[in-house]
This record gives sequence, C-alpha cells and structure tokens, in this order.
Amino acid sequence: MKTISTILTGVTLAATLAGASVPTFAADTIKIGDINSYSGLPSFTEPYRKGWQLALEEINAAGGVNGKKLEVISKDDGGKPADAVTAANELVANDGVVMLVGTFFSNIGLAVSDFANQKKTFFLASEPLTDAITWSKGNRYTFRLRPPNYVQAAMLAEEAAKLPAKKWATIAPNYEYGQSAVAVFKKLLSAKRPDIQWVGEQWPPQGKIDAGAVVAAIAETQPDAILNVTFGPDLVKLVREGNTRGLFKGRTVVSFLTGEPEYLDPLKDETPEGWIVTGYPWDGVKIPEHAAFLKAYQAKYNDYPRMGSVVGYATLKSAAAILAKAKSTDSEKLVDAAEGLGTETPFGKITFRKADHQSTLGTFVGKTALKDGKGVLTDVIYRDGAKYLPPESEVTALRPQN
Amino acid sequence: MAFLFNQFVTGLASASSLFLAACGLSIIFGVSRIVNFSHGAFYMLGAYVAFTLSEHLAGALGFWSAIALSALIVAALGAVVEIVLLRRVYAAHELLQLLLTFGVTLVVEDVVVLIWGPSDLLGPRAPGFKGALNLFGQPFPTYDLLLIALGPLTLIVIQLLLRRTHWGVLVRAATQDREMVAALGVNQQWLFTSVFTLGIFLAAFGGALELPREAVSHTMDLQIITEVLVVVVIGGLGNVLGTFLAAIIVSELNAFGILIFPKISIVLVFLVMAIVLVVRPWGLLGRPEAASRAASGLQVMRWSPLSVRGRLVLAAGIVAAALLPLIAGNYALTVASEVLIFMLFAASLHLLVGAGGLVSFGHSAYFGLGAYGAALTLKHFGMTAGLAIGPCAGLVSALIFGWFCVRLSGVYFAMLTLAFAQIVWSIAFQWTDVTGGDNGLIGIWPSAWAASAAHFYWLTLALVVLGIAALRVILFSPFGYALRALRDSELRAEAIGLSRHRIQWMAFAAAGTFAALAGALHAFLKGSVFPDDLGIPLSIDALAMVLLGGAGTVSGGVVGAALYKTFSIWVIGETDYSKLVIGTLIIVLVSAFPQGVLGALAAWRNRSSTGERKDLALGEAR
Repeated sequence: MKTISTILTGVTLAATLAGASVPTFAADTIKIGDINSYSGLPSFTEPYRKGWQLALEEINAAGGVNGKKLEVISKDDGGKPADAVTAANELVANDGVVMLVGTFFSNIGLAVSDFANQKKTFFLASEPLTDAITWSKGNRYTFRLRPPNYVQAAMLAEEAAKLPAKKWATIAPNYEYGQSAVAVFKKLLSAKRPDIQWVGEQWPPQGKIDAGAVVAAIAETQPDAILNVTFGPDLVKLVREGNTRGLFKGRTVVSFLTGEPEYLDPLKDETPEGWIVTGYPWDGVKIPEHAAFLKAYQAKYNDYPRMGSVVGYATLKSAAAILAKAKSTDSEKLVDAAEGLGTETPFGKITFRKADHQSTLGTFVGKTALKDGKGVLTDVIYRDGAKYLPPESEVTALRPQN
Repeated sequence: MAFLFNQFVTGLASASSLFLAACGLSIIFGVSRIVNFSHGAFYMLGAYVAFTLSEHLAGALGFWSAIALSALIVAALGAVVEIVLLRRVYAAHELLQLLLTFGVTLVVEDVVVLIWGPSDLLGPRAPGFKGALNLFGQPFPTYDLLLIALGPLTLIVIQLLLRRTHWGVLVRAATQDREMVAALGVNQQWLFTSVFTLGIFLAAFGGALELPREAVSHTMDLQIITEVLVVVVIGGLGNVLGTFLAAIIVSELNAFGILIFPKISIVLVFLVMAIVLVVRPWGLLGRPEAASRAASGLQVMRWSPLSVRGRLVLAAGIVAAALLPLIAGNYALTVASEVLIFMLFAASLHLLVGAGGLVSFGHSAYFGLGAYGAALTLKHFGMTAGLAIGPCAGLVSALIFGWFCVRLSGVYFAMLTLAFAQIVWSIAFQWTDVTGGDNGLIGIWPSAWAASAAHFYWLTLALVVLGIAALRVILFSPFGYALRALRDSELRAEAIGLSRHRIQWMAFAAAGTFAALAGALHAFLKGSVFPDDLGIPLSIDALAMVLLGGAGTVSGGVVGAALYKTFSIWVIGETDYSKLVIGTLIIVLVSAFPQGVLGALAAWRNRSSTGERKDLALGEAR
C-alpha cells in the first residue's frame, strides 16, 4: 500500500520535475538546444563548449539574430544514445528550442537525427563522423558540419597513393567508425594504386588495446606502411609500444585525426615523426578568418583552441546563419534556408550542400614532427571538403528515397 | 619461431600487468566476500597520483618512489572508505557492498576529471627501462621484462604473507569460516580493514605501474574493471594463484588469438569465462563456497499480498496514473513512460534477486534481446508483432542461458549471466548486417495508433501494470513460495522435494521474458536500439534500482526503479557531474538504508506500530 503511494509519488515527481506545465516561449530570445557527451568525453566537449560560448557571445554582442538574442540550452547525454533522445525530447517538448545541435559519437548522432526526423525538428550534427548520417541514414531535417569519414579517408588516401609503399597493414578500433574508415581508405587507395597489397589488419576493442601484442602482430606482417585509426588512450599505448619495439622505423604511417590537439598533445615527447595525419595545427593556420577566431578565443579563455573549439564555434555560427537566412524558426523554413547556405567559419567559407546536407568544411593534412618535446604538424595544407566529397549528383542515390 | 616466442613473452607481460591489477580484488573477495566494484577506480587513482608525484620527484629514485608512494596514499584512502562506508553494511545483503563500491566508482570518475582535468596525461617512462632489447632478433621492451618479473614476485609475496604469517593464518581462517574466527576472539573488523587496504594497495600499485605504458585517463577504471573481475572469477574466487593462471591464459589466448581472428579481443575473456564456468562451476582453482554459518546478511522479511484496502488504494493509484496525460505535457509523459518501463525491468530482476536470491549481473541481455527482437520484427510485421516477438526472444534466450546459469550459485552464477550478456552484446556489436553494429537500429517508432506521447504512455502503463501484476501473482503462487524456500534454505527445500534447478530455471525464464517486454517497449519509446541496451551499465543500474528499493521487500524493484530512474533523468539534465551526484546519493542511501528504502519504511512501521523495537528480521514487507 505504501508501495503504491510511493510509486505514484515517483511518477508525479517525474512529471513535476520534468516540468509538466505547457512550454513557455519567451518572445525575446531564440532558443537552440545543444546535446553533447560532456561527462563522457570532456577532453573534446570542454573545448567544444568554450567554442560555442564564444560564438554565442559574439552573435549576441552583434545584436543577435533577426533582432532577437540567441540562447543555448545545453544538455549532457552521458555518452548514451537513449539518454540523448531523452535530452532531445526535453529540449524540444519542454524548453521550446527551435533547433538541435551537437553530439559527438556516431551512434548518438544517428539516434538524435532519427528523433529529429520523427519530430520534424531541425538538427545540425556537429561532430559525428559516420557517413551514414548524411548518406545511407540521411533525412530531411539533419545537417552535418564536420567532414565525414569518407572525406578524411579520401584526403589521406590521396597522400598515401603518392608513397612508394606497396604492402599495407591497418590498425583500427573495432567499431563502426574504425571499420568504415578502413573500408573507405582501402577502397580509395586500391582504386588509385591497384598494385597495393593489404598484408595485415588488427582490430583492438576501443579503449582496450593490448598494444604489445598488436604491435608485434603488425610488425610480423612486415608492411611498408601502416594505416592507423585508433585515437585517445589507445593511440598513446600504441605509439609508446610501437616506438619501443621499432614498429614505425622505416615505415610511413597514415593516421586519422592524430593531428588534432586533443590527440596529439598527450603524446608529448613520444610523438612519432613523419606520420601523415589529418588534424588542426592551431598555431599554424594561415586562413584570415582563423586569426580573428584565435585572437578572440585566447583573449577569452587564456588557452589555445582545440579541434572541439572550432567545431563548437562553427556550429553555433552556422546555426545563427541558418536562422538569419530563414527569418523564421519554423523547421521547414530552416531546412530550406540551410540547403545550399554559405557561411563563414574559422576555416573559411563553407556551404551546406543541398543534395546531402553535408557541409563542405574541410580539414588539415600534414606531417607530425617533434619540436621542443611537443608534437607539432608540419607541411600543413588545408583541404577543402568540397573537393573530396562525391559530387552532389551522385550522393542523392546514397540517401533513402522518400 | 622467434616471432611466436616473442608473442608468447608479450602475452606474459600483459598477463603480469593484468594479474597485478586483479590480485587485490581476489584477496578482498576471498576474505570479505565483497565484490569490490571500485577496484578499477582505485587502480585509476593509483595511476593519477603516481602521475602527479612523478612530476615532482626527479630521477630514477623519484620515479620509483612515486609509484610506491602513490600505492600507499591510495591504500590509505581505501582504508578510509572501508572504515567509514563498508563497515556499515557488512551485516546487510552482500550485494549492498557491490552497490556501495559502485557508488564510490561513480564519484571517483568525476572527481579525477575535476582534479586532473579532462585531457589524457602522459607519464614518464621508467628510468632504466626505456628501451627494448633484442630477443632472438625481435625487439622486446625492457619494461615488459620488469613486469614479467613483478607479477610472479607479487604472487610469491602474497602467498608468503598468507601462508607464513600470523596475519595470513587469520585471513585464511576468515576466508573459510568467518563466524568461527570471530567466536575465537579475533577482531574481524580490523582484519577486514587490513585486507581491504592491502587489496587497494595492490590495485593502486598495478595502476601506477601502467604509467610508463599508457595514458592516464578518466576511463582507465572502465577499461580494467570487467577484465579483472573476469580473471578473478575464472581463477576461482579468493585463490590468488588461480587469478595468476587465469591472467596468463586470457592474455596468451589474446596474444595468439588476434593473429588468427583480429577481431577476437572484444569477446575473448567472456568466452573463456563462460566455458570455464560451465565446465568448472567454481573457477579453475576455486572451491565451493562454504555456506555461511548464520544466514549473515540475509534479512528474511515476511511477504504478504496486499490487503483489501491496499488493493483499493492500488486501483486508485493506477486510475490516477492513467489520468496523467490530462495534466502532463509530452516530455513529462515520455519520462513517465520510461520510468514505467524501468519499473517493469527492475521488477523482473527482483524476481531473481529478491525472491530467488539469484544475483544476475547480466539482466540487460534479456532487456536488449527484447528490444532487438521487437525492432527487427517491426521492419517486416509491424509494432504489435514486435511487442509479442520481443518477449519471446527474451524467453527463449533466458531458457537457454538460464539452463547453464542455474547450475551455478553465488557470484559464479552472477558472472556467468554477465558472460552470456557480454557475448550477446558483442554479437549485436559485430553483426553489422543485422543489428547495425554500434550504430544500432533506428527508425523504430510506434505505429500511428500509439505514436502520440499520451497513447504510448497508456500502452506502456497497461503493459507494465499487467507485467508487474503477473510478477506479483508468480511471487505469491506456490511456485513463488518454492522459489523463496530455495533461497532461504536450499537443503530443506530440496528435502521436501523441490527441484532447485527446475524452479530457478523457470524463474530465470520468467524474469527474462518480462525484462524483454520492458526492452521492447523501450525500443519503441526511444525509436532506436543500440548495443548499450545489452550492456553491463544497464545491468548494474537495474541492480541498483532493486537494492535501493529493497531486495528483501515485495515491491523493492518497482519503487527503487521509480526513484532511481526519475532522479537520474533529472540529474543528467541538470549537471555534467551527474555521476558524482548519483554516486554520492547511492552511497548515502545505502549507508542510511541498508535494507533499501522500502525495507527501511517497513522496519520503521513495524517499530512504531508495536511500540517497541521489533527484530528487523521479522519485519513485514509489502
């Protein structure tokens, strides 16, 4: 009996806490809902938050959007898709946000994009890299900022094809990101260089690499070059073990994301030299828009920007540009405005393609080097995503036909 | 040949490192029967503290003293945790210690980020052990050689401590018969504290030794905790030599396994554990657990069905819940649906844990299979079929896995359920063509008739009420009494002709079915299914719900789920440090109400109604 009343109290409590009242829409602000893995992946999401906070400050200082101030309501998804959907629901149904932005992990990005499609809410996925989000699982309401796996693979495969190496081995985390990165890279490189042989592959579980065994197993296949897709703590273990065991000696390594400060900085004096990587050399970017961003960021936070900072900043700037062009908060109008929209980011001008809702944001490709006991990037070139994405006429076929 | 030898030695180094992390857990379990979930957290703390110390202490001496000092500091912290927290719950249900240490883990995970920041940290390499030497033409890190030596050395020191010292004799005696040791006048409390401290010392030592090999990060604990638990269980609980053997077997199988199946690592340890436990129910070197002399920790409460008045109130409550859509908005309704779903999930686990005394660490397997079953059915046959097929998937898999599990008991039972859950998880994770891999299945939305938040809420309410009602009917049926009889005294129950295996197997199947129903509903609520729905965290959450509500009460699961789920949904929305908040809450609740919220209520009511302190063990619970 007490039981029942307790249950009811619980449910009522849930309702009350959740704010059972009718959502209120303040007339003088436009609310944007942000979801990210703040507790699960703070090394990326802390800079990400700083990035969008800086953008928010700049936008509102310049008078906001359409005469209204922007407001961001930010939620943690705890790294779980189910919690991300709850957060999305709260933002849309309770807080009255006009669009959703954010997410890091591919599965969370997909869960939120599917939610957005179901609820006909605009969603700008900032970070998730899976190709599926704009192609095989793409939908009308979802746009994505960062260059997908395919683009990063295409940039690296282009460099890899120039190498004399014929025998290649791959090391990638055993989940969708690693699998699709390897698959696309293999496909593109083999297309350019039919003479290439794939001699070995290792698939350590994400976060649990047994680096010694993996390094020895790869060394045994005697590749000329290695593709690496691991990142974070796994990368550190791999690099340390590989350095000690001489795996990288006389071999070129091509590596996804390793040049991003989030992953390069922890390597400190163990940074292997000469790896061909995608990344973000924050102090070596020559793009004019970046100089202003860097100055403002360092002035506000007394710290240098990470990749996450740029993503957070560009996400909110893009969101503001979409709202400004739509002159409305209606989802359909936002989608129409975003299709083909050009906007400024710290990496220069980007366009959200009409055919697949993918932005043309690019990334940097360079070589790792060691300088004063720290990892840096040299020979860096910015690669525009537009040049590496499949043409718009082709991608339509990749998307579900409604 | 040289390569294979090199791979073998590399495996030995991994084994040593795994053993160093795991041996403390084995010792703690052997004596105090605590499944110390926070072992990984202390391992991680050891690495973090060693990192900070190594920044300040220079030179070779500095590095090694940083390692030793770190282990000592973290061990002292462990002692404080034992004295302040764990001592309070030794008398309660064994699982509460698990829950308490789970709370500690959550807190530590957030605290290290607050103290050391979010970035991965790179510690120095060990002075004198920076390079590699040539092993039959293959480079081999000298530090790995050091580890290979340290593992067996630690094993010998532990064995000497346990075999040759007075303290060791007492510890072994306590391992075999705690009550007898206490009766002989040994101060158990300090014995337990010393054992726990030693275990934590070893955990921190193991973590600190990883400094030259890997990055220090706030995910270190999760990377290691299941692995060390598995190794300890494979070896046989409380048997340090067994742990050592298990570490070697697992590491060598991995080192060679990846040469043939590069994707094997993700599931290997669980496969090994499942096979070992099926063949040897107490692990490689373990022995059957001696039955505790007094039913320590078991709080038998009399269970009774609801009175007429209770039923009326219940009916009124359900009607009130059914009226919720009249006042609540869409978001509140989806949250309420989610809470209801977890009430059913926890109630199904409660049938096993509360009534059956069978602790499952892998209950999420059935929740997730229900979700996947429903999602895959939806594509071809629609939602109604999905809601029917989902529970069937749970039933079938629970029948299969349960058949093996009920042959085991205690922690071994729990770990075998965990092994099966992890095997299912890795299948869902890998079988991209069918399950979508970790990208999951999306677009699992309810049919039009149930699409609105209110309609789906009503559907959920109806199914959950029916489910919980069915579970209560089972609890108070002759079958339910038989299940509880087996929990309370297996020997007596079997003596009067109850078949343990058959009855517990049926309970397992029933629990799996209702968990799967909850999972199927959850798939439609979220519109998606992911391997997360089969994961360990979900199983632990469900256990937390049952225990916080009170495993010894009839409705503990239901109430615990309502409180825990509501609170966690709310907290995650409010702060990035939800783990810190939830962990602290768990610690406080477990310390304050070891018998769960409902158990505490029941005890309080009994006390006030009779006007005198009644023995808690006879309290009545509903």
